[in-house]
Amino acid sequence: MDDLYREQIIDRYKNPRHRGSLAPNDISYQDDNPLCGDHIQIDLRVNSEGIITEAAFDGQGCSISQASADLLIETVIGKSLDEAKDISKDDILDLLGIELGPVRLKCALLSLKVLKAGVYGLGAGEASDELVE
Amino acid sequence: MPEPENAVQIDVKKIIQDFPVLDQEVHPGKKLIYLDSAATSQKPVQVTGAMTDYYHRANANIHRGIHALAETATDMYEGAREKVAFLINAATPSEIIYTRNTTESINLVASSWGRAGLKPGDLVILTEMEHHSNLVPWQMLAETIGIRLEFIPVSQDGLLDLQAYQLLLEEDPKLVAFMHMSNVLGTINPAQKIIQLAHQAGALTLVDGAQAVPHFPVDVQDLDADFYAFSSHKMLGPTGIGILYGKKHLLEAMPPYMGGGDMIKRVKLRSFAPNDLPHKFEAGTPAIAEAVGLGAAVDYLSAVGMHNVAAYEHHLTKYALDRLAEVPGVWVFGPEANQKGGVASFTFEGVHPHDVSQILDAEGIAVRAGHHCAMPLHEKFKINATSRASFYIYNTTAEIDRLIDGLYSVKKIFG
Repeated sequence: MDDLYREQIIDRYKNPRHRGSLAPNDISYQDDNPLCGDHIQIDLRVNSEGIITEAAFDGQGCSISQASADLLIETVIGKSLDEAKDISKDDILDLLGIELGPVRLKCALLSLKVLKAGVYGLGAGEASDELVE
Repeated sequence: MPEPENAVQIDVKKIIQDFPVLDQEVHPGKKLIYLDSAATSQKPVQVTGAMTDYYHRANANIHRGIHALAETATDMYEGAREKVAFLINAATPSEIIYTRNTTESINLVASSWGRAGLKPGDLVILTEMEHHSNLVPWQMLAETIGIRLEFIPVSQDGLLDLQAYQLLLEEDPKLVAFMHMSNVLGTINPAQKIIQLAHQAGALTLVDGAQAVPHFPVDVQDLDADFYAFSSHKMLGPTGIGILYGKKHLLEAMPPYMGGGDMIKRVKLRSFAPNDLPHKFEAGTPAIAEAVGLGAAVDYLSAVGMHNVAAYEHHLTKYALDRLAEVPGVWVFGPEANQKGGVASFTFEGVHPHDVSQILDAEGIAVRAGHHCAMPLHEKFKINATSRASFYIYNTTAEIDRLIDGLYSVKKIFG
């Protein structure tokens, strides 16, 4: 339990650094995990060279889903859209620094799914788990 | 129904010995505390033993063949039906239809009775607290036939609004389908009154008894229920088998649900004659060992006594609600202990139910987190999810104390 609820996760959950929305934005995508009601929206601003200059997330859910979103946003700022496409499941787990069972993995990967669906320009409701496998 | 605490006559220590699954550490040094019986109950050795005994001694297909094993298997399968009929006081065992689970029992009524008898615009009354299994089958009929659905509202304290129900009854409903006990709120609905009012309005009734039959005495004739559905796996029996009770004249008038072996009397190339009850609704080789296990579960519960089960669970529920009220930030949904069964669904201020469950799991405590297959009810209360602790005869007040300790560690971690 101490592993799962490392100080970083609780801290990010209670005091997120990148919570909010960007208007106007260049990319905005949202999705939820109907099983537990976790919801994440991610907004991005992208410059003419395809670099993500600003990013923010909003949503609600468990500490794992919200903390991983906050950490992901921090990582993605300054990256190109192509680099964002390459972020993997393992990268998220490294950011969180914990191991997760299959159910909580869905919580942890929701924000990556939303980010990738946005970056790939998918329509609403088209985000699938294949994006983060 | 809940009874005074002095009516508790149950040897919990002896009962716990019958459930080997409870005697384990799920994490190092953390003994399992199983508080998820509303999802599925654990199984005593008497049930698993009966199933093993069936396979070791009697395995054969039923109703087909005259060899000795086939006869033993058929006797065991039909014997379990008689036990179930006796448990809920059905007038005859032929009113007991084996299905896969409560969900299939409700789908059987919707598909057979519903498709044969309902016309576009016909009204079916449900409630806002229904499990998805008693919502979606009727929504499917709304899509295909065009029936109309109305819902008895749920009050903030988790009770059905019977005044609103009486107004709905003036709209000439054909069926009132409702849960006997809520799997989220724990509310024990006044089934007898709901049924009586429905009958006065000329409607039939279907009761989802998945949370009722395992936990308190149910008498379908006393209730005057037309259909009554429940599952084996929530009442100490195996998964894979459920029950539909129906009044004989209704079941006889209904067309078959699935076609195949055992549900027929005669088959020609282009026609068939359906079998008598209950076989008319039991196409194909059924879950024979599971029926035997269910019969053993009924024996087990009967030996404890359903009144004793209800009284003991009431004692646990009252204790749990009192102790949960002590924990700052915990909010329990549903009515007071005297109107509810052994279920406590709660939220923890500032902490998502998944996090609550995860921290409790690390202490060996199994509770459920989510919407418990009742999304509309959660929407009504404007919450995404709850944590749910649910109790059965193998739980103790000492385990509830551990739950409370676990909730204090949630508070500590999330501060």
